[in-house]
Amino acid sequence: MPETFILIPGRTSRQGTTLNEGKYTDDYKDETNTLIASGDDMRRLGIADGDLVRMWNEVGSVVLPCKSASAGEMPSGLLFISYGPTSCHLMKAETHGSGMPDSKGMDVFLERVATG
Amino acid sequence: MSVAEQTQESTLPSLTIVKDAACTFCGCVCDDMELTVENNRITKAKNACVLGKAWFLNHHIDDRPDATIKGQPVSYEEAIEYAADILLNARNPVTYGLSDTTCEAQRVAVAITDWVGGTVDTTTSVCHGPSGMAFQGVGEVTATLGEIKNRADCVIYWGGNPAESHPRHFTRYSLTPKGQFLPNGRKDRYAVLIDVRKTKSAKAMDEFIQIKPRCDFELIWAMRALAKGVEVGPEIEQKTGVPLAQLQALVDRMKTAKFGVILFGMGLTMTRGKHMNTEAVLSLARDLNKFTRWTAKPMRGHGNVTGADNVVSWSTGYPFGVNLSRGYPRFNPGEYTTSDLLLRGEADAAMIIASDPMSNFCQQARDHFVRIPTIVLDPKLSESAKVATVAFTTATYGINVAGTAYRMDDVPIYLRPAFQSKYRSDYEILKAIETRIRERQLAAS
Ligand code: SF4
Repeated sequence: MPETFILIPGRTSRQGTTLNEGKYTDDYKDETNTLIASGDDMRRLGIADGDLVRMWNEVGSVVLPCKSASAGEMPSGLLFISYGPTSCHLMKAETHGSGMPDSKGMDVFLERVATG
Repeated sequence: MSVAEQTQESTLPSLTIVKDAACTFCGCVCDDMELTVENNRITKAKNACVLGKAWFLNHHIDDRPDATIKGQPVSYEEAIEYAADILLNARNPVTYGLSDTTCEAQRVAVAITDWVGGTVDTTTSVCHGPSGMAFQGVGEVTATLGEIKNRADCVIYWGGNPAESHPRHFTRYSLTPKGQFLPNGRKDRYAVLIDVRKTKSAKAMDEFIQIKPRCDFELIWAMRALAKGVEVGPEIEQKTGVPLAQLQALVDRMKTAKFGVILFGMGLTMTRGKHMNTEAVLSLARDLNKFTRWTAKPMRGHGNVTGADNVVSWSTGYPFGVNLSRGYPRFNPGEYTTSDLLLRGEADAAMIIASDPMSNFCQQARDHFVRIPTIVLDPKLSESAKVATVAFTTATYGINVAGTAYRMDDVPIYLRPAFQSKYRSDYEILKAIETRIRERQLAAS
């Protein structure tokens, strides 16, 4: 049974600098297509740094590399990704009458797929 | 003061130094840039942060047609005519984007939307739109960044990571600078970060409070209660992850500060609760004014998204998501916001200015976007420009185009361009579309 997590997309310094270099550069793609998880969660799920994981919800599914957060950065159960095409792929359309889709705090499933 | 000083150097035939230029990459709109321009490239950006440097030093002018229709290069005049056709033939067109262009262009975009009876919406609807709703609901106790710099001895950053998203906010405005009433700068301020993640911003703080995801509203409401002396039970820790004693100590400190500010990010607006979260923060700031001076400000992202709010507000009375089809403005987020209009298949044409919905909207909205006639103005060949019916290549505001941008605290800043682009500005293109629309409307009446 895959575990559920809360995914928080957000801005990073590298996302900002590589965005200016171009949305089609390898660095931008790499930055916005890497998942960050807490070391505890990765150990529990048998995910090594750089392994490929599948993350999905009712909207979509993505396969991407997973890396460990720095110590103390992320509590267990939380995932982080830089804003970009991958995070938008999982974004629900519903705006709850606000105009704003739920772009942070998405419920997702996670499982390890392959060695990176 | 002169805007640009030509420096004659024999080895560098074209060297220009542009002083007091403004960076429009983020909402800080730092206007102390000193740009070195060599042969139409910016080679140095003194005072810029890492993001600002990336913004200026990577800037180059693409070699693309002035305009295309269905991907084929056409004359500028043909493209203007076709764009006017699209907007005049639509029953429910939407104008969207506007956060990365000048206020002058924003104003014309609102006028066009009014002439054709469409909806005008900006990227605010997918960043701080919920804050805009909250301002209308409970008001905003506000301050400029200058006041914050000179007075704020207690600063709370909530649901944001300025160290990475607004790198100079700490050093130029809110944390380290010495102010009129804070002669020792950083030492005179108490800084707190409240977030679900211990981000790089936490290192710069006196206190970091790690909150459980989706519990911001509950935490803010508990703080409102504590500020008013209402009892809060210890179970607040189980709900929010924050011990009652820590919360009480923070509220006590807030009540005894001389001048406080809560700077909140999209951790509040993009997550469950949305405008309720921001209403709660604004209410907390308002409540604290019974004891001392407190303010709350959203940390705005795009360079002129604040200008978009201002221009749309002073043109229509509302900040975003405004429908003008009845000849008077109607504001209804969820109904007149672009993501919803596209998702429900209601918009039958779209004009996008300096934004890329094909990259960051949900799939259903994108599917509809490619089905309807679209006009896209963008300096880059964005995903939206690639699928646009009519695409205009534009000059980049701030770097190639002069005009006005509003800093995140609603202070207008004049933009001093570094060099000319061969492409037209958003303003020029929009003005031409507006002129053509009016000529045809008047001829028809
Ligand atoms: S803080 Fe923002 S506006 Fe200032 S230089 Fe950096 S990116 Fe530009």
